[in-house]
This record gives sequence, C-alpha cells and structure tokens, in this order.
Amino acid sequence: MSKRIDVKDLNVYYGKFLAVEGVNINIDARSVTAFIGPSGCGKSTFLRTLNRMHEVLPGARVEGEVLLDGDNLYAQGVDPVTVRSQIGMVFQRPNPFPTMSIRDNVLAGVKLNNRRISKSDADALVEKSLQGANLWNEVKDRLNKPGSGLSGGQQQRLCIARAIAVQPDVILMDEPCSALDPISTLAVEDLINELKENYTVVIVTHNMQQAARVSDKTAFFNIAGAGKPGKLIEYADTQTIFSNPSVKATEDYVSGRFG
Amino acid sequence: MATATTTIARKRSALTRGQLPSYAPWAVVAAAVILAAAIMALVGFNALGWGVLSAVLFTIGLVTWSAAAEGSRKAKDKLATCLVVGSFLIAVLPLVSVVWIVLVNGLPGLVTPGFLGTSMNGISGLQDNTSVNTGSRVLGGIYHSLMGTLLITLWATVISVPIGLLTSVYLVEYGNDRALARAIRFFVDVMTGIPSIVAGLFAAALFAAISGPGTKTGFVAAVALSVLMIPVVVRSSEEMLKIVPNELREAAYALGVRKWRTILKVVIPTAISGIASGVTLAIARVIGETAPILVTAGFATKINMDVFSGWMSSLPTFIYTQILNPTSPANPGPSVQRAWAAALVLIIMVMLLNLGARLVARFFAPKTGR
Ligand SMILES: Nc1ncnc2c1ncn2[C@@H]1O[C@H](COP(=O)(O)OP(=O)(O)OP(=O)(O)O)[C@@H](O)[C@H]1O
Ligand SMILES: [Mg+2]
Repeated sequence: MSKRIDVKDLNVYYGKFLAVEGVNINIDARSVTAFIGPSGCGKSTFLRTLNRMHEVLPGARVEGEVLLDGDNLYAQGVDPVTVRSQIGMVFQRPNPFPTMSIRDNVLAGVKLNNRRISKSDADALVEKSLQGANLWNEVKDRLNKPGSGLSGGQQQRLCIARAIAVQPDVILMDEPCSALDPISTLAVEDLINELKENYTVVIVTHNMQQAARVSDKTAFFNIAGAGKPGKLIEYADTQTIFSNPSVKATEDYVSGRFG
Repeated sequence: MATATTTIARKRSALTRGQLPSYAPWAVVAAAVILAAAIMALVGFNALGWGVLSAVLFTIGLVTWSAAAEGSRKAKDKLATCLVVGSFLIAVLPLVSVVWIVLVNGLPGLVTPGFLGTSMNGISGLQDNTSVNTGSRVLGGIYHSLMGTLLITLWATVISVPIGLLTSVYLVEYGNDRALARAIRFFVDVMTGIPSIVAGLFAAALFAAISGPGTKTGFVAAVALSVLMIPVVVRSSEEMLKIVPNELREAAYALGVRKWRTILKVVIPTAISGIASGVTLAIARVIGETAPILVTAGFATKINMDVFSGWMSSLPTFIYTQILNPTSPANPGPSVQRAWAAALVLIIMVMLLNLGARLVARFFAPKTGR
C-alpha cells in the first residue's frame, strides 16, 4: 500500500512565528522525494506537518491542506493518531525505547496499542520488518537484548524496522543518516531504494550526493533571512534539480556556491 | 672492535620538581598526634581537643613542609585537600555518633527476648518495678507499634502514590505551564513546607467533621502522613518524568500511539526507577513523624491491626510516650531501654528503606548492554 500526498498553500506556525510559508507540492506514490536546503529553512518543520507531528509542540499550528490520496489530514474531525499510524516517521537521532528489547521495539506499534497478535504472527512480523530494514542478520541471535545496546547505525535501522512494522502508507525520514557512518548510510540508502516499491518515502537530507542517489524528485527549500519564513523554491526531477535547475538560488545551493 | 659506550650522567629530570617522600603524610600524622598529646597533657587532656588539635597541627605541618619542598601550588593543593577531608569528617561525625549512641543504648533492649514479638498490653509499673528490683528481664515490646507504623505508612503510601503520580503526570504531560499547572506547583511547594503537626491537625479536623470529634484511628494518621508525603512524591516524580527525553514520546506518537498509552507504556516505564526510589525516600521521610500521629491515632498499648477503628501506636509515638510518661514513674529505666530499642528499630527501618530505594532503582533501571 502506498499513497500520494498533495499539499496546498500550507503555512506553518510556531505560535506567532511563521516558519514555512505557501508550500504547494505533489508527491507521487511509490517514489522517493528528497527535501534539501540550508539549515533553518523549515525542512523538518514542513516534514512534521505531513503526519501531524507538528502540532505536538505547544502553540504550533498549520494553515492550508495536506491531502493523503485526496483526504485532507487537517479537515475537521480527523484523528491525528489515525494519520500517524498511516504515515510513519524516522527521526534524525535514533530513538529506540530504552525499556524494550529489540523484538519489543519492532513490535512497539502493535504492543503499545494493545493490539492482540499471536506469537507466530509476531515472530513473522519481527523477522519481516528487521529484514526489511537490513538488520535481521545482525540481531537475529539477540532479539531479547535491549535495543539501546546496538550501535548507532543499527539503532537507526531498528527505528526504521519499527516504523515499517506498523505498515504505513508513507514513511517520512528526517536526516536519517546524519548520525551514521558511510557503511550504515549505504545500508539505509539501499533500504530506501527497496522501500520505494511499497511505500511513498520522503527524506530530508543535507547530503547532496545522497539526494542524488536515492531520490526521484527533489524539493529545494530556502529562507530569505533570519526570522523570515522558509519557502519551497523549486521542485522537480532530481536530475533536473542537480544538472539544470531553473532558479538561480537552487543552482548556487547544489553547486556549493551558496551564501 | 670496541664500541664506544656513552653513559648519560643521571640527572634530575627537567619535568619534575621537588617531591615529598611517600612516607611524609604518615610522619606528619605521627608528629602531630604526639605533639598534640604533649600540649593537651599540659592544659588538661580530653579526647575531642586532642583530635582537633592533631588535625590542625597535621594540616599546618604538611602544608609548610610541602611549601618548602614542592612549591606553593602543591602546598595549596594539600591545604585544600585537608580542608575538604576535614569538612567531610565534621559532617559525618554527628551521623556516626547518633548511630553509635542509638546502637549502644538500644541493643540491650532489642536483644531482650520478646521485644519484637510482644506488645505493651498488661505491662504496668508493677512489672517494671519487679524487673528493676529483681534484675529479671524487662517485659513488654514494640510489636503493636511496629505493626502500627507499618500499617499507617502502608496506607499513607497507598493514598499518596496515586495522587502524587497523577499530579506529576498532569504537570509534566498536560500542564504546559497553564495557570492551573502553575497554581498546583505553587501549592505543592507550599505543602512541602507545612509543619507536620499542622498536617496532623488538618487530618484530625477533617475526620472530626466527617465522623464526629475525637475520631482517632490509624487511617486518620495515614491521611495526615499523606498530606506530608504527596508533595514529596509529586516533586520527585515530576523531576523524573521531565528527564524522559521528548524523542521517546515523539517516537511513540509517530507510531500512532495515543497520548495516554504513550504516558502509561513509554514515559512512566522509562522513569519508573526514579519514581520508585523517590517514593521510597518519601516513605522514609514520614515514617519517623511523631506529632501528626499523636493527634490522629493517639497511642495504644494493645495490638490493633484495624486501621479504621481504635487508637493505634507507632514507633515514634511509642518512643515519645515511653520517655515522657514512663510506665513506672518510680523506675523509668525499663521504659528508657524500650524507647532506645524502638529508636534503633526505627533507624534500621529507615536505613533499609534507603537501601531499598537503591535496589529498586537498580531493578527498574532500563537494561543496557548487549
Ligand atoms: N520548537 C520550535 N519552536 C519555535 N521555533 C522553531 C521550533 N523548531 C524550529 N523552529 C524554527 O523554525 C525554523 C525552521 O526550523 P527547522 O527545524 O524546520 O529547520 P530545518 O530546515 O530542519 O533545519 P536543519 O537543516 O538545521 O535541520 C527555524 O527558524 C527554527 O528556529
Ligand atoms: Mg531539521
């Protein structure tokens, strides 16, 4: 299962501060979309509005529409919890639950919601998710050990396994490789390529090569100055953004001539 | 063929400075102790003065020697070390002497057969006079007070922990610095400073209004103690919940987990070791309260296991009444012995609770390792 996302005229606020202004973007199902842009331009902020995680912060709010296969996430009466169970998220810093074993971390989405699951189904789900996250071989002998005993890269892949275990339609990743070594990064990138077959993936990255390697389309965000809102400057095929962008700022940024 | 061997003359390394010989501290200790003894012999000997004087002489001697041999930086270091160790000794001295005095005075009573297993039921001045006159063993014990203390504290815990924990959950997870949250924080701070007798009077007045004046039961005492316990539990649990990283909450939300489930299954389990040890310390804090129990549960000499009716004794009130109104006014000796032994039991309980807090914290702590 995989769904498309269409954003219409989205403004994102922290209290009175307008952090991101006027975003319009159409993200295809079964594709990888990369968000790039300078620090503080609102990539994380915008990403978090796509599964209603933004409003978790006090005072944070959103204007505009985000359509998941045509259904507005911000319509009256939409339960954010339902939205989040369909749109998963992987954070910049690996955050496995310290009180849970590796196995329970993978099953967290099921267990925390008190859904009944038979032992054999649980075993199958754990194996499938860990294999999906390229982690199975490394941890299959110590599933009952604490998740916090893994290396940083393994923890991040555990978090990815945890996110895909709830079988979402969309997976959002906020700089998932920024704390990882090149080998783990490669593993995660391979994984993103595989995930694309079943999920819609949106990834924030500061690494141009990574964006070029993994994404089908790339969105460049920029900010006019401190205190100004971030904006979506250009959104096109990754090829176009990196070789033949239509906006000068994009060209400057991707060629490193920025600022 | 002969090889030319060069011998490098051993000289002092340019990197080191003069050093005190390793026996220096011991030599200074010996000198300071002997000198202090000599001075004390001149002015009249007493052990405390001897100890203090030795310490002062030791500090002066070591620092001067170090200044001469090693330079001023090392000397200042030695001075600071002496001051730190000295303050530490001054700080633990009262503690050690309290434990020592209670141990010495309480042990004879504690090892008397029947002290832990019997109550004061039927013990009057008669029995005490006999045991003093004939030298037979002191009768009577603290079983009723021990049970009273355990039951009252248990009930106080049962009342305080849910209220305190829920309050702290509200403050951390839902309060958001709202007016209500700020008001609760303020009143919790005020409650922390309430004199315990006031808590006792409050509970007494509350139950006087509910079930008639003069209601004195173990439960009233438990309510009084929970007035003292709740703020401690709220404060310690709040601190523990606050240090649970926000990332864990967000991780759970991002999996589509509801807020209350996140709190119940992620936040509280992550903080449980700190919460549990905070609760244990709160218990240790109220277990020795005397005044609020006196005005709410009275004092009993019989075993009463029912917290909802009848007066109840507890260890602190037992000590208080035994000292203030000895069972036999003519021969207070047995009462004093029982009071010291009860105090020893109380101290042991508090120490066990503190030890328990550590074990609980270790037991619940998130497991790490591979
Ligand atoms: N919790 C918050 N409260 C108020 N303002 C915030 C908050 N988080 C972010 N901001 C502001 O919103 C703007 C966008 O921040 P955001 O974290 O989305 O940037 P970003 O593009 O993800 O940057 P980076 O690449 O460094 O992660 C910044 O000006 C930031 O100061
Ligand atoms: Mg960011």
